[in-house]
Amino acid sequence: MNIHEYQAKDILGKYGIAVPKGMPAFSVEEAVAAAKELGTGVVVVKAQIHAGGRGKAGGVQLAKSLDEVSSYAKELLGKILVTHQTGPAGKEVKRLLVEEGCQISKEYYLSFVLDRSTSRIVMIASEEGGTEIEEVAAKTPEKIFKEVVDPAVGLQEFQARRLAFNINISPELLGQAVKLMMTLYRVFVENDCLTAEINPLVATGDGKILALDAKLNFDANALYRHKDLLLYRDLDEEDPNEVKASEFDLSYISLEGNIGCMVNGAGLAMATMDIIKFYNGSPANFLDVGGGASAEKVTEAFKIILADENVKGIFVNIFGGIMKCDIIAEGIVAATRQVGLEVPLVVRLEGTNVILGKKILKESDLNIISADSMAEGAEKIVALVNGKAGY
Amino acid sequence: MSILVNKNTKVMVQGITGSTGLFHTKQAIEYGTNIVAGVTPNKGGTIIEGVPIFNTVREGIQVTGANASVIYVPPAFAADAIMEAVDGELDLVVCITEGIPVLDMVKVKRFMEGRKTRLIGPNCPGVITPGECKIGIMPGYIHQKGHIGIISRSGTLTYEAVHQLSTRGIGQSTAVGIGGDPVQGMSFVDVLKEFNGDKDTYAVIMIGEIGGTAEEEAAEWIKANMKKPVVGFIGGQTAPPGKRMGHAGAIISGGKGTAAEKIKTLENCGVAVAKSPAVMGETLISVLKEHGLLADAVQ
Repeated sequence: MNIHEYQAKDILGKYGIAVPKGMPAFSVEEAVAAAKELGTGVVVVKAQIHAGGRGKAGGVQLAKSLDEVSSYAKELLGKILVTHQTGPAGKEVKRLLVEEGCQISKEYYLSFVLDRSTSRIVMIASEEGGTEIEEVAAKTPEKIFKEVVDPAVGLQEFQARRLAFNINISPELLGQAVKLMMTLYRVFVENDCLTAEINPLVATGDGKILALDAKLNFDANALYRHKDLLLYRDLDEEDPNEVKASEFDLSYISLEGNIGCMVNGAGLAMATMDIIKFYNGSPANFLDVGGGASAEKVTEAFKIILADENVKGIFVNIFGGIMKCDIIAEGIVAATRQVGLEVPLVVRLEGTNVILGKKILKESDLNIISADSMAEGAEKIVALVNGKAGY
Repeated sequence: MSILVNKNTKVMVQGITGSTGLFHTKQAIEYGTNIVAGVTPNKGGTIIEGVPIFNTVREGIQVTGANASVIYVPPAFAADAIMEAVDGELDLVVCITEGIPVLDMVKVKRFMEGRKTRLIGPNCPGVITPGECKIGIMPGYIHQKGHIGIISRSGTLTYEAVHQLSTRGIGQSTAVGIGGDPVQGMSFVDVLKEFNGDKDTYAVIMIGEIGGTAEEEAAEWIKANMKKPVVGFIGGQTAPPGKRMGHAGAIISGGKGTAAEKIKTLENCGVAVAKSPAVMGETLISVLKEHGLLADAVQ
């Protein structure tokens, strides 16, 4: 689960990490009021969306007067921000962070991430702050330093010290930097983060270490033990279909194509998207109905697919293991009875209770095209959809 | 022969009294798996489906001589269950549970250091040696005894591969689902080593997906060490970056872990990569032909 920058700074602040003074604003009036309350000569107006690269896309503006705050807020609120992380469709800005400006003397990069190859948490830092770490890694890999944390004892001070020396933190700021690193590690483990990134971490003109930006990403599997974090969830940042699917414990992701997919198992669901592409079609979604789905759940899954206006055809690809083919068939029949079916539907059933499943579909009198293999199914649905679309 | 499990494996089920655990225990017994014990705290002394239940793993091992365990306990308690099994010095622990917090698994991996137990999973379908031992949730009947090893990060995609082989008369030595989580027990390389040393495995199908670098590491290892042909497939060629595709580990982040990169590395290391998931079986057949192994692999 991702959260906004201002929310991440809220959490960091509670742990005692220094962050610029600031407040969120949902309207131009709130932005101006926030700037007034801050009372600093320069304030920064920052678009709050769940994607990086906001600065380059014009989502971060320096305002030197309340009038400027007002005009930047007007410009940003409602604007579709397109960054390299949002995809071409971009994201609408609905919240701002209005923050005091500060004198930056140097920018650093600091993060904790989960390292899959060592199965441990790794602290990463660089004195090339402010740019993306991937870019630094590509251009000047020698400027990136890492410390692997032993989970039995946690991050040790010597590691923080070593990293601080490696990125050339000035001697008078060393103590502050070490303390901040130790604290950020605590934020990471106590909240089950997958990423905790401060970029840039800055040394200010008046001798402080400050988190100028902050990004926290939480492990969705651990949210059950962090109910407080759920308050930070912003449904506006999520695809409405994905939100709906999550209510039914379905794993669904919207894509840009026109062939709806319903599959059991994440791997097979990905492979189904791939094979549609292989036959020159384009998948509209990733949808894993999971192992033990009921007919009701299948019905809901089907409704979610049909709710996407771009869907011009549906491919159901099921390899029943725990999931029984007759349950899937019942769900399909029930869903199409409830919401109607105006697009071609190709169904490939294999595995447990396949004969029963095929029988249910056949006896339903619905216009369902059956396929005996995933290749055949993919070919059929692509032909039907592409033919209809008049390509 | 086979790897990891065979007809002599004595299996203990942790979480046997839950609905999932019970369902799959029945299926495993039906398949012929030697299920010797169940563990559910506070239910020790009872018998379920003919299987004696114990309060602790240690007790179950002492009484029954179990040497492997399968875990069906809910995610919040699964890490603890794995560590209890590891503490009992079982040879193999298979964790089916999906949704374990990743930092729990970081601790588990640290706990396992220097101990003998090997872990498969979590978030995996399990492991099966056809005709001998089925530990996990895969449908047993699609498998056929034979000589092809299968390793996969996905469940249903493994069934797809197995099905493509069995319907062509090609059996499997052992099929191992290593799971879709970012922090897991046995890796591709760990399982490849086993298949490399198993005289009854003639070739291997390795099914990877986007996210992480496990496939790349496996590719390098194959190039340097593998004596047997390997066929690969990578799922998620059309997955968008930054989105978690169902599996916690299946995410392209920071431009890393793309399917294209993995396919390229595998091919550079001599692995024949199936162009589509529908031709995993066909690709294996053509590789077997090339190596003169087809006749031996078909029953």
